[in-house]
Amino acid sequence: MIWSNEYAIDILPVLLDGLWLTVRITLLGMGIALVLGLFVAVIRFLKIPVLSALFTFYVLFVRGTPLLAQVYAAFYVLPTYGIRFSALVTGVAVIGINYSAYTAEVYRAGIEGVPAGQWEAAKALSLPHRRTWAKIVLPQSIKTIIPVLGNYWVQMFKDTAILSAITVVELMQSAKTLANSDVRSLEPYTIAGIMYLVISYTASLLVKALERRYAPTH
Amino acid sequence: MPPLTDHHAATESNGRGTSEMITFEEVSKSWGDNHVLRSLNFHVAPGEKVSIIGPSGSGKTTILRILMTLETPDDGLVSIEREPLWDARGGAKPKETKQMRAICRKIGMVFQSFNLFPHMTAVQNVMEAPVQVLGMSKDDARERAQDLMELVGLSKHLDHKPPELSGGQQQRVAIARALAMRPKILLFDEPTSALDPELIGEVLAVIRDLALSADMTMLMVTHEMRFAEEISDRVVMFDSGRVVEQGPPHKIFKDPDHERTKLFLRAVLER
Repeated sequence: MIWSNEYAIDILPVLLDGLWLTVRITLLGMGIALVLGLFVAVIRFLKIPVLSALFTFYVLFVRGTPLLAQVYAAFYVLPTYGIRFSALVTGVAVIGINYSAYTAEVYRAGIEGVPAGQWEAAKALSLPHRRTWAKIVLPQSIKTIIPVLGNYWVQMFKDTAILSAITVVELMQSAKTLANSDVRSLEPYTIAGIMYLVISYTASLLVKALERRYAPTH
Repeated sequence: MPPLTDHHAATESNGRGTSEMITFEEVSKSWGDNHVLRSLNFHVAPGEKVSIIGPSGSGKTTILRILMTLETPDDGLVSIEREPLWDARGGAKPKETKQMRAICRKIGMVFQSFNLFPHMTAVQNVMEAPVQVLGMSKDDARERAQDLMELVGLSKHLDHKPPELSGGQQQRVAIARALAMRPKILLFDEPTSALDPELIGEVLAVIRDLALSADMTMLMVTHEMRFAEEISDRVVMFDSGRVVEQGPPHKIFKDPDHERTKLFLRAVLER
């Protein structure tokens, strides 16, 4: 198979559409992962009977099963129980929930990294619990949390390709569709690969900059 | 400066009678086989300056941590101004209550390791609790914080963050932060133990001024014997979860009754 510039330019708009969807999935998915993960981490940290144990199991379960299996289960198994969403909604939800288990662990490490003396000082000053979390503990954990979250974000960007398995027309699925219909796989997959590479490489440079920004101050 | 006679009157009553600021009655605390407090009875009168001395691991710090509700006693009663802070009599397991938190506001603590909030400036550290807990306006709280920073000799460092300050400066900010809540009781947990020797003096000077000028009740765990002798109304020798002996500083340091106290003082003073 010989590379055709003409064909490559021809399919570029379709692939860019796919890329744009991939980016949006990553943004939404990470949004879910960031919020849900924080919730899970705080509940686990508070050691509430039953509830904390439940969330510990949640983290164990989500991290212990493949993302692909979770995506399949949500899209093909749940509808038999009457839970039915579009492929895109299912995909975003599953990838967000999947990553929340990882972000929860990142937050946990960050929260536990704040010295006990900080909690004690806050208590000695009678600061309300919510204030202690929001203004004392979380701002200090952010330094360790941000760079790791950044890395997970880049990883999620690549993992969205798994959603092609449930017909979400993101970048990978766009390439696959082109390859099948035009019976030319060289250009679609090569261009898709370059797109993944460019974005994730740029993003990882950003993460490195964040690491530098947060590392030396403390 | 208020007259020192206040303290002496307080010392004579020794915390008994109606004027009690801090009361420990039969308080016990242990971790497994390690009995850090054994049926402790201990009283502090309002305005009294008390130093607790004794070997490491003898439960001195636990007294402060129970007052700060950072530890729960296993048994006994702890009261502040006769209001129960911990009621664990008969081994009851007390829970944190609203009343307890209200009592806790009367108590401030200065930690061995300062525990300043490193991401906030010095003045923000001092302002935080008055704004959040007492509901002061930011302007009023800032004014109070500036006065206190001046009191501890750090007017020029208002906007510095803790990592930019020396240990001695950090501890002085921590003292200002505790004072900002206008506590009735100020606890010091080995306030100079984490400091380089040349920085100890500046922190002791601040505490000395407070001890001599403020009518606050002060309870200090310390290894600075000369300092304890100078500022205390009463010195308490503590060992293995018990009060070995207590009395005016000249008595404890010059003519202790107990062999344990003599041994301890000889060991520390000969360093």
